[in-house]
Amino acid sequence: MAEYKLIGKDYITPDMLAKVTGRSKYAEDFRAEGMLFAKLLLSPMPHARVRRLDTSAAMAMPGVEAILTADDLPEAEAPQEAGLTNEPLYEGDPILAIAAVDEETAAEAIEAVEIDFEPLPFVLDPMDSLRPDSPNARLDGNTMAGRDLSTIKWNDVDWNEFDRGVMPLGGEVTDEWQVGDVEAGFAEADLVLDESVFSASLSHQPLETRSAMAYWQNGKCYMHCSTQSTARTEGGMARWIGVDPEDLVLITEYCGGGFGSKISANIQARVTALLSKKAGKAVMHRVTRQEENFFGRARPGIQARAKFGFKSDGSIVAIDLLHVQDGGPYGRSGDFMSAADQASLMYQPDHMRMRGITVYTNTPPKGAQRAPGGVQAVAMFAPIVDKAAKQLGLDRLEIIRMNAPEGQAIFGRPRQGQQGNVSSAFAKEAIDKARDEFDWDGMQARSKQRNGTKVTGVGAALSSYSAGTSGIDGLLVIRPDGQVEIHTGVGNLGTESFSDTSRAAMEALDTPWEQAEVVWGDTSKHLPWSCIQGGSMTTHAHTRSNWAAGLEAKKRLQEIAADRFGGSSDSFQVADGRVYRGGQSLSFAQAAERAIEMGGVYDGSELPEDINEMTTRSATALQGRGLVVAIKDNYETGGRNMSYVIGFAEVEVDVETGAVKLVDYKASAEVGTILHPQNLIAQVHGGGVQGFGVALGQKWVMDPQWGLHVAKRFYSNRPPTILDVPHEKEMGFSSPNLPDPFSPIGARGVGEPPVGAAAGAVLNAIADALGDDVYFNRSPIMRDMILTKLSPELDEAHNPLSAHV
Amino acid sequence: MGDVEHTQLQVVEESGVSRRSFIKGVIASGAAVSASNYVLRNGHGVALAQAPGAVERLVTLTVNGQQRRVDVMPQETLAMTLRYKLGLTGTKIGCDRAECGACTVLIDGVSHYGCSTLTHQVRGREVMTIEGLESADGTLHPVQQAVVDKQGFQCAFCMSGFVMNMVELTTENPNATRKEAAQHLSGNICRCADYNRILTVAETALEYTRNGVRS
Repeated sequence: MAEYKLIGKDYITPDMLAKVTGRSKYAEDFRAEGMLFAKLLLSPMPHARVRRLDTSAAMAMPGVEAILTADDLPEAEAPQEAGLTNEPLYEGDPILAIAAVDEETAAEAIEAVEIDFEPLPFVLDPMDSLRPDSPNARLDGNTMAGRDLSTIKWNDVDWNEFDRGVMPLGGEVTDEWQVGDVEAGFAEADLVLDESVFSASLSHQPLETRSAMAYWQNGKCYMHCSTQSTARTEGGMARWIGVDPEDLVLITEYCGGGFGSKISANIQARVTALLSKKAGKAVMHRVTRQEENFFGRARPGIQARAKFGFKSDGSIVAIDLLHVQDGGPYGRSGDFMSAADQASLMYQPDHMRMRGITVYTNTPPKGAQRAPGGVQAVAMFAPIVDKAAKQLGLDRLEIIRMNAPEGQAIFGRPRQGQQGNVSSAFAKEAIDKARDEFDWDGMQARSKQRNGTKVTGVGAALSSYSAGTSGIDGLLVIRPDGQVEIHTGVGNLGTESFSDTSRAAMEALDTPWEQAEVVWGDTSKHLPWSCIQGGSMTTHAHTRSNWAAGLEAKKRLQEIAADRFGGSSDSFQVADGRVYRGGQSLSFAQAAERAIEMGGVYDGSELPEDINEMTTRSATALQGRGLVVAIKDNYETGGRNMSYVIGFAEVEVDVETGAVKLVDYKASAEVGTILHPQNLIAQVHGGGVQGFGVALGQKWVMDPQWGLHVAKRFYSNRPPTILDVPHEKEMGFSSPNLPDPFSPIGARGVGEPPVGAAAGAVLNAIADALGDDVYFNRSPIMRDMILTKLSPELDEAHNPLSAHV
Repeated sequence: MGDVEHTQLQVVEESGVSRRSFIKGVIASGAAVSASNYVLRNGHGVALAQAPGAVERLVTLTVNGQQRRVDVMPQETLAMTLRYKLGLTGTKIGCDRAECGACTVLIDGVSHYGCSTLTHQVRGREVMTIEGLESADGTLHPVQQAVVDKQGFQCAFCMSGFVMNMVELTTENPNATRKEAAQHLSGNICRCADYNRILTVAETALEYTRNGVRS
């Protein structure tokens, strides 16, 4: 393994001091002269049409300055949302926004709006919209078939079967693929498990709601908003507010969590900006916790039929899936497709078929959430694999290992008839290492141990998910004061990849980190094109682009030195902020001065043609400020970049109350080269705790009669707290730390797979505590489900395939 | 004059400031007056003089060791006063309803949810926020130093609440175990869910408190 000076080392991130002293400014922390406050009028019902709207009384109130309605916005192309609507599609769908001198006046003006709704039929559970003669969530259809909205009803399936808890096969779907021949695969199998399973919808609940503040000056919009990405938020937001990207200044240095719900521009910030434009004054919109629950996005639930064929040695030969995904009311999320892709990767079957459909519902909009589809896949399928191990008498970790991907494993939906492959997979190495380090045998020995009313259960699960992309730009400036300014369009939601990846440039320059300044989070500071800060792509993509920028800077420094001292540029070395050959030496400061004099490719006057337009614009703005390097990552790629986490959970289940206590959790992360150990471990354990929420109780409850939310705040849709997680000793961590062979440095992303690995491990551990023949087909596992399982004479409280109960 | 108003007047008088000079002081203090129309209505066109029976609005608060004069509405929460009138935006609002603890501040050394404390309740008491922890010479509080050394927190929106609660813990029980720290911090939610690291930070902070900062 390569010896690095910065990569793989802990350090103090450049945002840390501001955060820990309270000086870091998030969107709601900014103020502007004459700033107004906005409040929204939200739909009180799940589906309706605005029949009559009169805002005159509200507008006439002292202190009210502007009202923005759906009629002020360009119409969104269905099924997208505009931000405000006259046909609300879920409780909490914003109808209009009012700006006033203070928040109380705005709230009072909302009350003064005269509005009359015509209630429309609604649907909460996607299965309910597939029944014959059932309502559609949208007037224009209940699903997307290809690029078209359409209506699909399952007339010819056995609904009695569904009512008994079995997902009916044979219904029409919109998407399907197959590799091999599943029927032949099942014929080869020694054990076939055919299950109907459900994974529930789940809100993101970032602690910072998506508040925004915007104002306009000389035709430019200045926006402080909560977004995961910076560069990749600019284009979408500019389009939404009707300006060119260069006329939008985004300030997004700190984002209070997103988990996929704030990947790029969020539609609510559009309303703030346009309200500000209409009012002619700055507008602050403080989004409330309840509003965040309504429009802050959610992971879509999936109801599935899952048929797995195993050989007697545990190897998985065939998988057949039918997915019905909760589509929410807007947009189109592909969790049901990626859930199948991840199943294909994690279990490597020769024969696999996926059939699926996403069905619109009058529930909050769905969006990507850490490992979209991946978490549902593990929550639904890890218990099936675990069940097979028990039925076949196999080690429950070994069955995971033998099916796990290795090398450039092939997986997923075929494109042009061919399945793709991953760049690398060392999942088996990770499992082998973790088995010893976490003492899997010792864990298993504690399985079923009883202490009073409490029984111990242990479980393990593997999760894979996307962890990179390529072809992104790097941009840096070596200034005449000798500092290396590394510009990044990566956002800062606490994953620290904006900074961690910048270290690749300094590693390439063999220069201390103290000489670096990371420039991020403000588009007026000339940021390069980046990948989205989502899908955990930045670690891989931007170590590559910054490594490329660092090496390019090194080459230019050598050329500058050769120009100064003569001889070939190769004869010079770069290290410790100098370019030198024996006693002939230029500091970075001196080299930067010479770069400015030399111009051309040295000071940013001549730029590569293959970089993104945004990078060109930024590099041009930086021209003449020193040695300016802009470059695109053109390194080879060995396939799609995936990372892997294996979670190990130990629980105590109280068989009298159904309470589950997490005693211990450990995880092994196979994420290529470790970039920043402290940060990596935090991602793995933090994501793990989010997975506990998936397994142990975070879900929606909706009133079926009125279509309204019952669980819309923290106390009713409770995320794990510090007492819900193992808190008597540190959680365990392990990693093989093997570089991805197709990338300089070889780092992959980490943020996605920790969630599913923990969720699957906990689900398996709970079932393990209760008995070798116990299996749950639904997540989260609530106490009533445990008690019902322990008392076969009790009926289940509801159909386990029902959504939002 | 109602009892409440009488008491408040007493507070002002005991502090050695006459009511008239206090009001003049607030009017002269640009920050308090110009910021006062944020969020909470300032009563458009209503003079600062109080209607009969109304709660006194002009108060002096002690925040991070400094006396701050501020115009406070009767229903105003401490979190709003800190953020919107005193410019102390390090205190965050995550739920505004005592569910998440992001707004935790210390009042006379005891942690409180700023979103659920009326500003009028803290008159005459010492309020400490995240901005008040660092020494004038830039030395971080042991809890802050522990956060830095352990790369604690991710998005950090919960950080100031947790840090203030940890400051209380280190004062109250410097020998607390990891489990006791978890119990002490259980009123704070971290949605990045990095409780494991938060507890390691707490243990480090307790260690620094007992034996001095050794980063």
